[in-house]
Amino acid sequence: MTSDLTRLTASEMSDLLSRKEISSVELTQAHLDRTAAVDGTVHSYLHVDTAGALAAAKAVDEKRAAGADLHLMAGVPIAVKDVMATKGLPTTCGSKMLEGWIPPYDATLVTKLRAAGMPILGKTNMDEFAMGSSTEHSAWGPSHNPWDLTRIPGGSGGGSSSVVASFQAPLAIGTDTGGSIRQPAAVTGTVGTKPTYGGVSRYGLVALASSLDQAGPCARTVLDTALLHAVMGGHDPRDSTSIDAPVPPVVEAARTADVSGLTIGVVKQLGGAGYQAGVRARFDESVQLLVDRGAKVVEVDCPNFDYALAAYYLILPSEASSNLAKFDAMRYGLRVRPEGVDDPSAEQVMAASRDAGFGDEVKRRIILGTYALSSGYYDAYYGQAQKVRRLIADDFSRAFEVADVLVSPTAPTTAFPIGEKLDEPMAMYLNDVATIPANLAGVPGMSLPSGLADEDGLPTGIQILAPATMDERLYAVGSALERALVEQWGGPLLDRAPDLTAHPSAHPTADPKEA
Amino acid sequence: MSSHAAEPVLSYEEALEQFDPVMGLEVHVELGTRTKMFCGCSTQFGAPPNTHVCPVCLGLPGALPVVNEIGVQSAIRIGLALDCKIAPWSRFARKNYFYPDMPKNFQTSQYDEPIAVDGHLDVELEDGTYYRVEIERAHMEEDTGKSLHVGGATGRIHGADHSLVDYNRAGIPLIEIVTKPMPGAGARAPEVARAYVSALRDILKSLGVSDVKMEEGSMRADVNLSLRPKVAADATGEAQLAVPLGTRSETKNVNSFRSVERAVRYEITRHAAVLAEGGRVLQETRHWHEDTGVTTSGREKSDADDYRYFPEPDLVPVAPTPEMVEALRATLPEPPAARRKRLQSAWGYADLEMRDVVNAGLLEVIEETVSAGASSTAARKWWLGEIARRASADAMDVTAYAAERGVTPAHIAELDGLVASGRLNDSMARQVLDGVLDGEGTPTAVADARGLELVQDDGALEAAVDAVIAANAGVADKIREGKVAAAGALIGQVMKELKGQADAAKARELILAKLGAS
Amino acid sequence: MSLTRDDVAHLASLARIDLSEAELDRMLGELTVILDAVALVQQAPTDGVEPMSHPLPLTNVTRPDVPRPGLTAEEALSGAPEQEQQRFLVPRILAED
Ligand SMILES: [Mg+2]
Ligand SMILES: [Zn+2]
Repeated sequence: MTSDLTRLTASEMSDLLSRKEISSVELTQAHLDRTAAVDGTVHSYLHVDTAGALAAAKAVDEKRAAGADLHLMAGVPIAVKDVMATKGLPTTCGSKMLEGWIPPYDATLVTKLRAAGMPILGKTNMDEFAMGSSTEHSAWGPSHNPWDLTRIPGGSGGGSSSVVASFQAPLAIGTDTGGSIRQPAAVTGTVGTKPTYGGVSRYGLVALASSLDQAGPCARTVLDTALLHAVMGGHDPRDSTSIDAPVPPVVEAARTADVSGLTIGVVKQLGGAGYQAGVRARFDESVQLLVDRGAKVVEVDCPNFDYALAAYYLILPSEASSNLAKFDAMRYGLRVRPEGVDDPSAEQVMAASRDAGFGDEVKRRIILGTYALSSGYYDAYYGQAQKVRRLIADDFSRAFEVADVLVSPTAPTTAFPIGEKLDEPMAMYLNDVATIPANLAGVPGMSLPSGLADEDGLPTGIQILAPATMDERLYAVGSALERALVEQWGGPLLDRAPDLTAHPSAHPTADPKEA
Repeated sequence: MSSHAAEPVLSYEEALEQFDPVMGLEVHVELGTRTKMFCGCSTQFGAPPNTHVCPVCLGLPGALPVVNEIGVQSAIRIGLALDCKIAPWSRFARKNYFYPDMPKNFQTSQYDEPIAVDGHLDVELEDGTYYRVEIERAHMEEDTGKSLHVGGATGRIHGADHSLVDYNRAGIPLIEIVTKPMPGAGARAPEVARAYVSALRDILKSLGVSDVKMEEGSMRADVNLSLRPKVAADATGEAQLAVPLGTRSETKNVNSFRSVERAVRYEITRHAAVLAEGGRVLQETRHWHEDTGVTTSGREKSDADDYRYFPEPDLVPVAPTPEMVEALRATLPEPPAARRKRLQSAWGYADLEMRDVVNAGLLEVIEETVSAGASSTAARKWWLGEIARRASADAMDVTAYAAERGVTPAHIAELDGLVASGRLNDSMARQVLDGVLDGEGTPTAVADARGLELVQDDGALEAAVDAVIAANAGVADKIREGKVAAAGALIGQVMKELKGQADAAKARELILAKLGAS
Repeated sequence: MSLTRDDVAHLASLARIDLSEAELDRMLGELTVILDAVALVQQAPTDGVEPMSHPLPLTNVTRPDVPRPGLTAEEALSGAPEQEQQRFLVPRILAED
């Protein structure tokens, strides 16, 4: 039984734990064993906390044995993206800049996980400071797609998508600034939600772009995603941008899975040219399945979405250039003295450290953001992008007047080969063309598997978008669609993924977790 | 001390003959809140290094700011006290630049949407006239950490080997109050600058928002100054005001009223020397040196000052409702200048008397003494005369002296009561004051213990007068002949007879009556 | 608006990144392509449109002025590259204001 525990859904794990049929130590150990077996090839983790996870599992088991009233998810282990501050656990954000940094505090959502009794298995890989769509920009080497180890698992949260897709964890924390939860979910055949901006505390999330960043749940089923969403969400007085309202009823919606009478808006601007044929085919079939289940479909026009990518790649770098200024080698992180300079000044040490500590993509975006905010260019770039942002939010408002949710393919293509787009920043940026509008407007979005593309046999994803604070609609629609699809497939999509333990470990990577 | 070569200056008079000074002042005030502007760390002064810090004010990755509500309220109250408009919509912005004592490498400040704009403050000058200082804005921001420079000769930044940073002060709430350029002050520019900073300090103190100790840096001024050619004798005339402003220098962190005045004066003479030679004034920051009374060049303004301001995405706008603003307006104390006017007229003091009282810092004390029942004249006489004289003999400030010796406004009012009721005369009252200052108790207790009491018994006084007249027949005759001034000698003897406890005026009256000279 | 190599060098110094000559060259090429693409925002119909800097219309979020425990000095300094006298040791700071 033990080796099979990792194939369960988090919901099933929770049931077995509460019925005391399995222990959290058993469950946690099963996942650690799975990691030992497959992570040499997948490389989902930057750091595995064997001792900490088992200690937390043991504590939950003891409380349960003593009859304590436990959280529904108590004892279910979880992986956390390395962008969240974890007290006592290394937090690098995939950057050399933070090598060896151990935060003296926990992010609010990490506090919530700990309070719920969820053992933290480790910290997952990511593009450096969450900048990227493939995890190739991790300073510690890329993660690999469990469906095809030569391909990317999406990004920036490729560690979190691959960790659940490879059954190393039932659940993972992701963050989504322009699609970093949804696009990785799409290309790995998993589920991920970017909640409404402000729905989950950002306190302790190392900021990329403050007005776009949002943490969310990653899992293999819609219900599991909802269960984690409910643990993470809610108001936090430490985050001024946090919504002061209860978490939307996401778990109930996932269980009910009712779409009858709902109007589904297909966004005209998302899904045409540039979208892979197999991606579009699976999307169209999914929409039809929703119609079969009683939903109505309309096409909605969001003309300003055409400017979203451009606006996003001005707003994000601008905020990032400021957010990442704190990495200056003075208080924490890497300190490098410039070569050939006697007695360097603080200024010189800062500049040398930032050159050595940041990767190319990070430097690119910092310089771009510095430019967009600089005097003389602010109005033409940053200011103009902010106006486009308003137009996009207005497009959403109009669309939600005629549709309860909007849908589109999550990403234009299936997982591309590692290395393919590394030298073409703009081509890489296009991966997020469908996911970015939601971040600009702050509305919630989910990606769930829609099938496998005929041309390459790789997973495709469908995106569902809902009005701000109406996150439960994602789960109602997602859950209904998931049921229809699983019925059609005859089982979960991930059952068709290759057996990783049969693979030779052909992808050695720079791996700091043994360091 | 300073390693900079002295720069040429013109004499002040010559400078003013040729040029018209225009200044602007930026004053930073540390608020007296219990916690920092964006986190719950204590603002208490003097804690061991890096003990009043948290992820937010240390700029740790992931931490987020939350605005201190008292910080916002204080900013609005300051704005209202300066007759500013309170913005119905105001935002924080990030001012981006790198500096090791600034944890995030941006200062959370306000830029184009400050909380308060367009106010003014009328400041009284030495000659009793007023100058209206226009306030451009007041905005909220945060302080930086403090660096200790190690390895240099004098703990200065120059020549230091490395620095040690303590972030306890990082994030302390600051309000920056910026004036518009102040034209038309002419030769009085230094005095206007001093009077403005002083009046501003009074207002901030009366609001109770800050301890406003310039010497401890909780209030500091940056002085902007430029000169333009003088085209007319009248500095406030249209022709003069139409002349474009010159290049300005910005002298940073001037830390006393007197220094503000001196810095303006010095910069006028320095700019004038540059311009008189046909030179160009650099737009630069300058440092004020208290010891030598000069400024030295800091850093030239350049495009390195591109602060890339943008709205702070981690904070939401501050949008005070009219109700909030009115509720805060209701908490404003009477403006210090108006209060002084009101008290002066109520007390009937001459301008000079009032100024002495204010300069001695005795306004509150006298107000309390009067409200405890003393006459305003007596209150001033006791505090500014007797007590101030004793304090200055001990080289102490009057209020500090009074506090140390335990003498209160209530004591002085009681003492005045004893005089007014006729129990004590002036010299006896002075003895009683000494007793109070020596800790012998209240004025009544001291008078009782020392047996000080005017003789109220007319019989005893009459007997003493008769005896003295009899013993001094010659003097008595002179008085009878009309030499009334001679009565003084007899009064002295009566006082002696009654051991000083006689009412001198009464004795005089009696002597004159008995000698038929009244 | 085309970017020059000097512009990139200036931006790098504003951003305190000591880019090598080779990095500057590469960055110039990449940024030119990206800027070309993002300049599309200038073609959007934005006349009379209010800039939007934040996805949620929240205002007046404050906290009471009540102290709460922060970090110990040890925790605060735990990540410091160098420290001395319970303070962060930083290289000499160029004299500034
Ligand atoms: Mg300022
Ligand atoms: Zn703090």
